[in-house]
Amino acid sequence: MAPPTSSNPLRLLVALGVLIVGLAVWAFWPGTDSSVRLGLDLQGGTQVILKPKPVTEGASITEEQLTQTVSIIRQRVDGLGVAEAEVTTQGSGDGAVIVVAVPGVNQDRVVDLVQRTALLDFRPVWGLYPAPPSVDPAADPSASASPEASPEASPEASPQASAEASASPDSSANAAGEAAPLIQADANTPEFQEQVAALDCTNPLNYTGGRPDDPQKWLGTCDVTGAAKYNLEPAFIQGTNVTNANAVLPQGGVGWIVSLDFDGDGAKALAEASTTLSALPECGIAGANPCNAFAIVLDGVVTSAPRFNEPILGGSAQIEGNFTAEEARDLANILKYGALPVTLEPVDITTVSPTVGNDQLRAGIIAGLLGLLLVGIYLLVYYRALGVVAVLSLAVAGVILYLTIVVLSKAIGLTLTLAGVAGAIVAIGITADSFIVYFERIRDEIREGRSLRQACDSGWIRARRTLLAADFVSLLAAAVLYFLSVGSVRGFAFILGLTTLIDVLVAFWFTHPLVVLMGRSSWMQKGSKWTGLDSGRLGGASVAGRRGGRSRRSSAETSPSDSSTKEVSA
Amino acid sequence: MSRIGNLGHRLYAGEVSYDFVERRKRWYAISAIILLLAVGALLFRGLNFGIEFRGGADFSLPNATCSVEDARTTAEEATGAQVIVTETASGTVRVQTEELTAAASSQIAGTLAEACGIPKGEVKVQVVGPTWGEEISKKALQGLVIFLLLVTIFLSIYFEWRMALSALVALAHDLVITVGIYSLTGLEVTPATVIGLLTILGYSLYDTVVVFDKVKENTRGVTGQSIMTYSESANLAVNQTLVRSINTSVVALLPVLAIIIVGAGLLGAGTLLDLAVVLAIGMAAGTYSSIFIATPFLVDLKERQPEMKALKARVLARRKQGRSAAGAAVGTESASDDDAGVEADASIGRRTESGPRQQPRRKPRSKR
Repeated sequence: MAPPTSSNPLRLLVALGVLIVGLAVWAFWPGTDSSVRLGLDLQGGTQVILKPKPVTEGASITEEQLTQTVSIIRQRVDGLGVAEAEVTTQGSGDGAVIVVAVPGVNQDRVVDLVQRTALLDFRPVWGLYPAPPSVDPAADPSASASPEASPEASPEASPQASAEASASPDSSANAAGEAAPLIQADANTPEFQEQVAALDCTNPLNYTGGRPDDPQKWLGTCDVTGAAKYNLEPAFIQGTNVTNANAVLPQGGVGWIVSLDFDGDGAKALAEASTTLSALPECGIAGANPCNAFAIVLDGVVTSAPRFNEPILGGSAQIEGNFTAEEARDLANILKYGALPVTLEPVDITTVSPTVGNDQLRAGIIAGLLGLLLVGIYLLVYYRALGVVAVLSLAVAGVILYLTIVVLSKAIGLTLTLAGVAGAIVAIGITADSFIVYFERIRDEIREGRSLRQACDSGWIRARRTLLAADFVSLLAAAVLYFLSVGSVRGFAFILGLTTLIDVLVAFWFTHPLVVLMGRSSWMQKGSKWTGLDSGRLGGASVAGRRGGRSRRSSAETSPSDSSTKEVSA
Repeated sequence: MSRIGNLGHRLYAGEVSYDFVERRKRWYAISAIILLLAVGALLFRGLNFGIEFRGGADFSLPNATCSVEDARTTAEEATGAQVIVTETASGTVRVQTEELTAAASSQIAGTLAEACGIPKGEVKVQVVGPTWGEEISKKALQGLVIFLLLVTIFLSIYFEWRMALSALVALAHDLVITVGIYSLTGLEVTPATVIGLLTILGYSLYDTVVVFDKVKENTRGVTGQSIMTYSESANLAVNQTLVRSINTSVVALLPVLAIIIVGAGLLGAGTLLDLAVVLAIGMAAGTYSSIFIATPFLVDLKERQPEMKALKARVLARRKQGRSAAGAAVGTESASDDDAGVEADASIGRRTESGPRQQPRRKPRSKR
């Protein structure tokens, strides 16, 4: 029970100072964004919570399907060109939900965007060009795109990969405006061809997708990786004609293939198109227009462009290529579900105007300050000098909380919601309680006859244990809340857990060292009534009265009740 | 204030002592009545669930110039169904309707905005599907069960299973009372209320842990002496931590009150206010239960143990004997110490900590 911390209170204070300065430097490093990221309820915008449902009844949702859905939605939302749009999953398995938060965009658009089943169509390829815009694509043979437009390159461009790319900060930076409108025309006019030639497939916005095309018209668009550019004829089959698609490893085959089944209309269209197309020459940079490939177009970009080897008459087809299992499965999923592997039901749509958001933030801040003020006054009146320590401790905890939130905004994209603000306000009381437990312990120790210096240390050793146990319970509650909840509960739980940790830190590295230092000062030792440890408050057991040591205590030990027990034993 | 400060000392010394443990039957009875009311209300009245649980649409029109009646007429015409319209102190008109599609809700938001003379962008809209509330409740319940399991394990290790059980009883008490008050008053239950309810879990246990820590300290080695019974030691602990409990409750409630004041004054209904109201109720119940329910219940459990029964018998027997001999002893010794009376009482608390060490090994000089 030796007081391990009493010897170096200054060192702890310095350590805390270093920590705070470190956090501050990280938080306010020049050139980085050092503002707290605000949730939609505080800055205005639309939040849609979507519950994914498996397409077939009774099936369960896999992690892959979730990831794929999120990437597709992210793709579409990024297509809006709004910075800081967020698409996240919360929970897992059947309990998972997808939260889409888009600042500053009205509700209709977001809901329409995320809920829409993406448009999938199959179009004959008329021309294939390299990605960089060039005036005369046909005369430029030095293309990096694969000449056959075989599926080899395209499956890598699974939606996930492109979503990651488009979610990168610089893409949202140049996404200040929106992507150029889709290049479509009723006929393959020279004008249309010029537009296609001018299309810049190196701009991520142009291969992000999210812009459904009109299947009846010609389309000029990019490959989903931005590696190739296509001039496409009107669609011959639409996504709705696909009845089934599966990734298969054929017996004796070298790689995975995707098998496709079509409904009646689809089969007929496929038979016609494949008969015409397979007779055409191969597609290629310098190749023929039109050529023998067809493009699978999802939300306005080319996902894959296999060529027809032969007429397909039976209503089922196979797409071959050097697919890995995963690539084949992704492509099959896209074909099967018209992009979304699950159906999405919006369960909660909230639109908050920026004005209301601001009001809520202001109210939260006012409530927080008012709460701090009331708690501060109470602590000062009751604990006097110790109350000053408590108020300082609260202030330090507040500063650390703010810096941590800024740092976490940067590091892990933490957003502060109204529930989080509420969590921080509620935590004021719980943080202040640590000081109360400690101060009451010091007073108890002084009542027991210890000197102030001793009391500061021995009181701490006892309070410390209580503090750790009680804070552990709080932390446990916060952690369980965080991991098992959705929506605003999470923000609340996160801030509550964070403040509990900060509470422990401040109690150990600030409050206790400061109290120990104060305990050494002669003013505190004199036991003035402003110390909060005077005789009037401790019932004759003031600091001053007990400073000398244990004289009174030893007299108490031989007091009458003691002697009465002696009587008994006599 | 200073009187409270002084009370703190007298409580600590045992000069002033409230019989929290001894009169536990009374507290149990009070709690039982409240719990019965709560459960009864829950069974017969149920809870007033917000649209997040029922499904529906909610439009908030800040600084609306229209009257509640105007808004009602407009909304009812637009939806063709009954709507609920309320106005908050801050001049926000709130319209709640049955479940709507996203497109319909957008249209109605426009109609309402026009009628109330504000731009459509200012309208706060929330549309909730009927399954969402179920989802939240399911998660909350799941969280509750897992939390209770973990916390029982932790408390059983840190304290002992009896303390863990008592803490859980107190916790259940708080939750039922809080839910009951919601049922009785018809306050709307929103997801924020559920968050608040889950926070009470942490808070109520936190409070109980602090009191139990003192009980644990006071009763360490309690069987090695014959001065105090377990229930007396525990009662002293409750009294000794009473000032802390009061201070903590005040300090925890002050920020919550600040939220209620600011929330009601500036914002009207919303996350902040819902959360603060449930916390205020739960925290009050939490403080009450950590004093009046948790420790007395623990004592009931503990005093079933044979060694605690034996201790009680020993202490009572000793007191009976002691009473007859005490008079003479006080007469001979108390003259040497002027505030002996106070100190004698104070030493009870102390002696329980150090146990038999303080027992004299020899007879006092006067008796030798």
